[in-house]
Amino acid sequence: MRGVERIEQVFRELKTTGAAAFMPYHAMGYPTRQQSLEVVAALARAGADIVEFGIPHSDPLADGPTIQTATYAALVGGTSVADCLKMARELRDQGVDTPFCAMSYYNPILAFGEERFANAAASAGIDGLIVPDLPPGESELLEPACRAVGLATIYMLAPTSTEERIKSVARHSTGFIYLVSVTGITGAREELPPYLPAFVERVRRHTDLPLAVGFGISTGPQAARVSEIVEGVVVGSALVKAAGADAGVDAVRTLAEELAAGSHRGADG
Amino acid sequence: MTLSKTSTPVNYGAVPDETGRFGPYGGKYVPETLMPALDELEEAYLNARIDQEFMAELAHLQHTYVGRPTPLTYARRLSEELGGAQIYLKREDLAHSGAHKINNALGQALLMKRKMGKTRIVAETGAGQHGVATATASALLGIECIVYMGTVDMERQKPNVFRMQLLGTEVRAVDSGSQTLKDAINEAIRDWVTNVDTTHYLLGSALGPHPYPAMVRDFQSIIGSEAHSQMQDPAEGGPGRLPDVIVACVGGGSNAIGIFHPFLEEESVRLIGVEAGGHGIEDGAHAARFADPERGRLGVLQGTKSFVLQDGDGQIALTHSISAGLDYASVGPEHAWLRDVGRSEYTYCTDTQTLKGFSALCELEGIIPALESAHAIGYVLELAPQMARDQVILVNLSGRGDKDLGTVMQTIGGAK
Repeated sequence: MRGVERIEQVFRELKTTGAAAFMPYHAMGYPTRQQSLEVVAALARAGADIVEFGIPHSDPLADGPTIQTATYAALVGGTSVADCLKMARELRDQGVDTPFCAMSYYNPILAFGEERFANAAASAGIDGLIVPDLPPGESELLEPACRAVGLATIYMLAPTSTEERIKSVARHSTGFIYLVSVTGITGAREELPPYLPAFVERVRRHTDLPLAVGFGISTGPQAARVSEIVEGVVVGSALVKAAGADAGVDAVRTLAEELAAGSHRGADG
Repeated sequence: MTLSKTSTPVNYGAVPDETGRFGPYGGKYVPETLMPALDELEEAYLNARIDQEFMAELAHLQHTYVGRPTPLTYARRLSEELGGAQIYLKREDLAHSGAHKINNALGQALLMKRKMGKTRIVAETGAGQHGVATATASALLGIECIVYMGTVDMERQKPNVFRMQLLGTEVRAVDSGSQTLKDAINEAIRDWVTNVDTTHYLLGSALGPHPYPAMVRDFQSIIGSEAHSQMQDPAEGGPGRLPDVIVACVGGGSNAIGIFHPFLEEESVRLIGVEAGGHGIEDGAHAARFADPERGRLGVLQGTKSFVLQDGDGQIALTHSISAGLDYASVGPEHAWLRDVGRSEYTYCTDTQTLKGFSALCELEGIIPALESAHAIGYVLELAPQMARDQVILVNLSGRGDKDLGTVMQTIGGAK
């Protein structure tokens, strides 16, 4: 089973245990091609329920300095869209079964060809797609192309989103909805915003889809607090930073285990 | 979808549509956090346009503060030297703060102040002209202002950095990516996403997500509206007729769309945009989106779909121009659409040809143009001799060149 059904299955199974999904992001090609494959495999072993599979873009305008630096290094290292899909395939062939949501910006996908990208991603073992600069209104080609091959189309909501935007995103999303925790860009932050529970409640009024929260989460205790109110915890910059450190994959594994434990804490009661 | 010249008349007033599209171009490709801010901006803008009090206040400031209308100058010696068409200059270089940029900066700053309840402005700048204009409008209206500028541009436009600081603006250096305009826009957008509750992004060109391309065009259309009547009025220095050709440089394309737009229905007037040819198209170091068949393609950059210089993988290409203001990988979506429907044409001018235009205007007319505007003059050096003496070219002289003296000194100073 792959695609949106696989993602739905993950959330269904977690629901019976009371845990939230641990959903780490990694920038493919960073620090090197080989190391990024090792990082994703390590994330899967450390308890990732869904991996956000970052395809680098030269102008990542929703990202903070950590992911900007990592994706820029990946591009300088020669990482291409086609090679990212090839890496997904290689991980599948190694037996990594965790669902992958490809995360990129719109222009690399447009240049690749929207339908061609959806087909190639599905064949490579990708299960869903998140494009931060492509809101529902601009996705009239990519969304049906994803649907046709079973890929989940995941849109984002922000604390600034109006009721109308929430309804629109709920209508177009499959698999889950990605809630941006703060008005801002990606990057680790000390505190979770106090308005998060109210924001989550506002979204719940319009959808039964699982909700995942990202942006700013970097520690196990933060993950645990987020897991109390939503079904998924997304962590990006903190793990990418760890992947770039000297300890590399080991540092990622240690942090991922802490974050997974935090996200899954609800399962212990 | 490519629109070709059709027999049915094109309705230029029908773009953008309510989704912000100019044919296949334009749109709103931004993170969700910004969508409500764009809706709010559009509502405020549509409201201001029909608010007589707002429009009167803006017109008053344009007259008493910016110094509008800017004059029309007949370039007698340049025309004689070239021996062809008669050349007229729309003198945006004489607008307060030295370029056409003030038209839009003042319009948006006033919009924010009167209609939006925000307190802080962020802006990007390449050549520094938009930054200076925004700093100027912010000082005038008492608004906190932050300008993002690539470190490469800060180096080549030093006087403008100091000018902004004098005006009370904080200039923040951007050293990511190519350290030029594109990166400054990314950083301004990141600031905007983070502080959207209090902050307006005062985008400086006819670019970005809807409603910016249409709103910036409208604020800049005063250039073309004035020129339209000045050209027909000898008392205003005009030849007493419409021009045969209008020439303007095109980076994002705000000065060009500003002078083109009021002439769109005048079918006898050819509209020519001049892109930055840099070291030449073959060389690859340029910013001519329409002239490079290999790398200039449909793409999305910083919120809008248009012609974008990019590699085969959709990564945005590095650009080069002697002028920081034209050094950008994408072009305003309305230009891409006007080109598709056959209304406007685009060519390019290399750095070398631009410097010839720069020198010609200095020596023959006593006007030191901005290097951006010198691209239009550089092209006119080639175009005018091919035209008859009774024909007329109108050039949008979008800015003055004081800021560029350092660059020009380095490039041609030694040869003098």
